[in-house]
Amino acid sequence: MFLDYLYAAGFAIAGFIFLLLALWVGALVQPKDPSGRKLTTYECGEIPVGQPWSQFNIRFYVFALSFVIFDIETIFLVPWAVVFKDVGVVGYVEMAVFVSVLLLGLAYAWRKGALKWAL
Amino acid sequence: MNEYALGQGLWEMGFAAAVPFTLVALSAMAVLLADLWLLPSQKRALPWAALAGVLLSAASVAFLWNEEATGFGGAIRLDRFSAFFAMVFLLGTGLVVLLSSAYARREGVERGEYYALLLFGTSGAMLMASAVELVTFFLGLEILSVSLYVLSGFFRQRPASAEAAAKYFILGAFASAFLLYGIALFYGASGSTTYAALRESFGSAAFPYSHGLLALAASGLLLIGLAFKLGAVPFHMWVPDTYEGAPTTITAYMSVVSKAAAAAAFIRVFGASLSSLQQDTSAVLWVLAVVTMTLGNVVAIAQTNIKRMLAYSSIAHAGYLLVALTAAGEAGYSSVLFYVLAYVFMTLGAFGVVSLVRKGEGGADAGAEALDISHYSGLAGRHGLLAAAMAVFMVSLSGIPPTAGFFAKFYVFSAAVRAGEVGLAIIGVLNSLVSVYFYMRIVFLMYMKEETVPVRGSRSRAGWVALAACVLGTLLLGVLPSSFARLATESIASIF
Repeated sequence: MFLDYLYAAGFAIAGFIFLLLALWVGALVQPKDPSGRKLTTYECGEIPVGQPWSQFNIRFYVFALSFVIFDIETIFLVPWAVVFKDVGVVGYVEMAVFVSVLLLGLAYAWRKGALKWAL
Repeated sequence: MNEYALGQGLWEMGFAAAVPFTLVALSAMAVLLADLWLLPSQKRALPWAALAGVLLSAASVAFLWNEEATGFGGAIRLDRFSAFFAMVFLLGTGLVVLLSSAYARREGVERGEYYALLLFGTSGAMLMASAVELVTFFLGLEILSVSLYVLSGFFRQRPASAEAAAKYFILGAFASAFLLYGIALFYGASGSTTYAALRESFGSAAFPYSHGLLALAASGLLLIGLAFKLGAVPFHMWVPDTYEGAPTTITAYMSVVSKAAAAAAFIRVFGASLSSLQQDTSAVLWVLAVVTMTLGNVVAIAQTNIKRMLAYSSIAHAGYLLVALTAAGEAGYSSVLFYVLAYVFMTLGAFGVVSLVRKGEGGADAGAEALDISHYSGLAGRHGLLAAAMAVFMVSLSGIPPTAGFFAKFYVFSAAVRAGEVGLAIIGVLNSLVSVYFYMRIVFLMYMKEETVPVRGSRSRAGWVALAACVLGTLLLGVLPSSFARLATESIASIF
């Protein structure tokens, strides 16, 4: 039992040392020339436009939140669909309850105007 | 499958255990949806819809009062203990809804979300009391906490309310993390998260030593999370600011329901499942109880804001609850149940009076809440009934007979003495003596002083009904405590 913990601790320490070692060796051999284009923000090869420190519309947040909720719904629906035959009527009803609670949330967000982009 | 067999099947699967809080959650959704299509003039119906949900759930609890059921794979359990706490939460919520009906309208927060979140919070608290599995318990705690984070910041335009919500949220998130870590360690030590498995793995004398250490660490982390909810020193930092900034009715709700839910979960986890760690937890609880009582009572003396004073008083009362939890055993835990019931009436009553009183004409801020203790000077002359009710609650909170507070403290301290914690009981009694000063100061101001600022009491009929119920409950528990004490003992007996 105790040995198991030691084993796990040894593994963690070895991993950490390896990380430091790799960074150190990399720092030894890499050329250093911090200048010009190399210091700009990397945006997949595009030339960056404007400052990154800008204001975002608060609506992004609301949309992201509703997206995440339905994303999670999918995550639950997929394994449920796989075992659908085994869970029977009870499983069906339970998923129906779960989905209808989310639908209720959608109705709420809709009615409150959270899905409209323009205010 | 005929209808009878279906009903039988559902009963055997333990769905009955979920009925009370499901009804509360459903009525919360109904309120939320109804609000979307109600005209502004129809919003007055919202508190009544919420109240109907509370009554419906209370009826289901009463109907299932003598039943026992375990549902959802051993995650929740319906027994006398969860029924008792469900009734306490529903009572508290019902009274808060009544008090809110006038308060919320006047403060401009009469919206569906307000009542829906109150009901969601209550369903979370009920889940906490009926959970017999750590993850389900955590779920209930989070439902309650998230509702309270939003509710305490419900005055969106006021900085104090936003501050209350932010402080509560950040510290609450930390406490949740501690709790979750504790649950993870328990899972690591016993391989299961059900309370029954905890009892089995740590109840035997022969469990391995390394697991013993793990169990102690897990208990410590769990204790931190619960002590935060209870508002015990040194995890009390959020209490004064949050209680002061939150809407008064929400403060009342927080101090009653949140505390009672934490106590319920504590008894289920530490009392019924981890009683083998009793010696170790009692040593920690002893210290927590002493510092919590003392700090709460001593700092309350210096307060000038009545909500802040009541916040420190609620910290002190968390200390008395901890005395009973230190004493443990059936006597200790049943005194917790009695205390919680008494606490509902007296604290809700005190906050209820605060929510009904506001500054009268003449001042620059007429109509604002009268929150300074000095505003209560001479209240008896203008609003005799309100002052009398407040006096009853103050007498009860300081523990003077013939009120609920006296017997609540009596049961707690006698349980402590019986458990051999005489020193703790003496410290508790001394603390009660200190508390008499700041409670009686309010009574003194109301009856012996001249009015300084004109104050006006609300004529909300619902608010008055709630106050009357609180006065009645406070006196009833003080005059006829024995039947309620028996109820508490029976409830505790159902989980041991």
